[in-house]
Amino acid sequence: MSTEQILSSDGVPLEVSLKKAERRNKIRALMLVGPLFLFLLITYVFPIGDMLFRSVDDRMITSKLPNTFAALEQWDGKDLPDEKVYEAFYKDFYPLAMAKEAGKLYQRLNYEKSGFSSGLKKTNRKIKKFEEGNYKEQFMATHKIWNEVGYWVALKNTAPKWSYAKYLKGMDLKFDDKRNIVEVAEDRKIHKILWLRTINVAFWVTVFCFCLAYPISHLLATLPMKYSNLLMICVLLPFWTSLLVRTSSWMVLLQQQGPINDLIVWLGFAANDNRPELMYNVIGTFVAMTQILLPFMVLPLYSVMKTISPSLMRAGKSLGGTPLTAFFKIYFPLTMPGIGAGCLLVFIISIGYYITPALVGGASGSLISNTIAYHMKSSLDWAFASALGTMLLVGVLTIYWIYNKLVGIDNIKLG
Amino acid sequence: MALPNYTPIHYRIWHYTYLTICGLVFFFLIAPLFVILPLSFNAEQYIHFSEKMLALDPDGFSLRWYKDMIWGTKNPWGLATKNSLIIAFFATIGSTILGTVAALGLSSRHMPYKAAFMALLISPMIVPLIISGTAIFFFMAKVGLAATHTGIILSHIILGTPFVVITVTATLSGFDHSVTRAAASLGSNPVNTFMKVTLPLITPGVISGALFAFVTSFDEVIVVLFLAGLENTTIPIQMWVGLREQLSPTILAVATCLIIMSTLILVSAELLRRRSERLRGINR
Repeated sequence: MSTEQILSSDGVPLEVSLKKAERRNKIRALMLVGPLFLFLLITYVFPIGDMLFRSVDDRMITSKLPNTFAALEQWDGKDLPDEKVYEAFYKDFYPLAMAKEAGKLYQRLNYEKSGFSSGLKKTNRKIKKFEEGNYKEQFMATHKIWNEVGYWVALKNTAPKWSYAKYLKGMDLKFDDKRNIVEVAEDRKIHKILWLRTINVAFWVTVFCFCLAYPISHLLATLPMKYSNLLMICVLLPFWTSLLVRTSSWMVLLQQQGPINDLIVWLGFAANDNRPELMYNVIGTFVAMTQILLPFMVLPLYSVMKTISPSLMRAGKSLGGTPLTAFFKIYFPLTMPGIGAGCLLVFIISIGYYITPALVGGASGSLISNTIAYHMKSSLDWAFASALGTMLLVGVLTIYWIYNKLVGIDNIKLG
Repeated sequence: MALPNYTPIHYRIWHYTYLTICGLVFFFLIAPLFVILPLSFNAEQYIHFSEKMLALDPDGFSLRWYKDMIWGTKNPWGLATKNSLIIAFFATIGSTILGTVAALGLSSRHMPYKAAFMALLISPMIVPLIISGTAIFFFMAKVGLAATHTGIILSHIILGTPFVVITVTATLSGFDHSVTRAAASLGSNPVNTFMKVTLPLITPGVISGALFAFVTSFDEVIVVLFLAGLENTTIPIQMWVGLREQLSPTILAVATCLIIMSTLILVSAELLRRRSERLRGINR
């Protein structure tokens, strides 16, 4: 059985030449996307990978104290280690002290157990005068940390090249002396509160935004064009205005001598000398973030509501439904895509918000991103900042993934 | 929205309540911006409405904070404005070109793994800025671009491209591809077709994407905060620094200028959007 092949003008079977053209088009499309893809791969995706890497990378200390860790391997962790270990530590630490390179160790080991820093600093000064042999006694005479088993256990715990200790710290957990995971002391639990507050603020800001945005989006979608365009300016002007301008306007409004407090005093809700604190706490964060993120809720809701024909509601009512049933059975379900898009967008943005909480939030209104910035800029614990960043990133990407499944990422509308 | 006169009373009440609620929300959205305007003309040093201002006495108002902004001693705004404009200009050009070209590829029927590519290219917009900032800082420090204009411009290109990609793909979604085929059949090469046919038609989308990229760069704090040295300070950084110390009337003067700028951007973005919809034949 033979089928006759259709040939194109140059004698190639049509199927082949069609496939070739398809492939060429595919390559052309890929080449157009290529530059941006490569650019982002190098300057963005790869650095984020680098950040993940940094959060578990603990090789610095492993590389500085190789002899010590080799000697500690046989140590059982019950009593103080024997002379061999002290000698190995001397071999590692002496060159570091001479080259003035021990500084990084202080900080790193002090994260593990506080007291290390002062002990190592003193050892650093004294080690030049150590005599050969009997290192254990000399170390023990130098500083009390060398008399305690706990410090040696802590040191041994830093031996692995990779460590997820920073992630434990981000969840208020830690390794104890026997390398079990335990909770940190009650008064040092700061991160759990921070995570809960971040989620709490993001959740309530989303709820407030939704409650405020739904009626006005409905109004914008149902008003005649000439009025709605005018009102749309109220939504779009804040949207286009600098975030810092909007935050500073809230700082003006919420300050102790500000217009809102003036109004509260004038209305008699508070005495003039006892004005309520509206700023530098979580109230300020809530109010300012809700206003700032409101446009992100209105725009997707509006674009969905715009497509709903008003005759549907009329049909529902004419079939005997009360306005309320018509609304909840017909209109509300139809706006679900907009609600999903708006809520997820606002939640994603607010969970990583930095500027506004930092300026109007004070201590009780600061969020997880403020802590990341603190560790980046002030404490310089970049590994911990990376670990917190990674935890936040996982959360956001999960929501992004859900968003993509539910709404589709190409359905984002701007302006 | 006048109600017909047979509307029952409870519905009437509900309707006016609804309008009042909407009015309050619109007020909540727009009023904070307008608090800044009069206070930036305050003659006094304190940021609150003085009695002279409330009485509309001309003595209560002055331009001293604007003068301070422009001519004030050791004021940082001149350098900051220059830096902001340079950075935003190059970042806008970079992200517009990269984003538009990528959007052309993404809108092609033949593009494989479209959703995956799209998700990746949009991700700088979704990932919280603090994380992007951290990652970008590590990268720029590694390649020696920390505290340089180039480093900041590159990071702003990263942050700006998603907006260009989104607006241009949206414009291309209504694009009639038969016009490019017609051009090709008349003997035009792809580059010529793009310049003469496609580009003029998608220009509104490209420009509104560019506006987004410009605003993103002009308003960006976190990455610059991590990357910038003293030489690279920008307007948002100076505002940030000023707001952390104390709220000064000069900042309000700067803020007023920024509000005027955003009004201009809003107007142009709206005009472009309408033009784009007209060109794509979308009638509402």
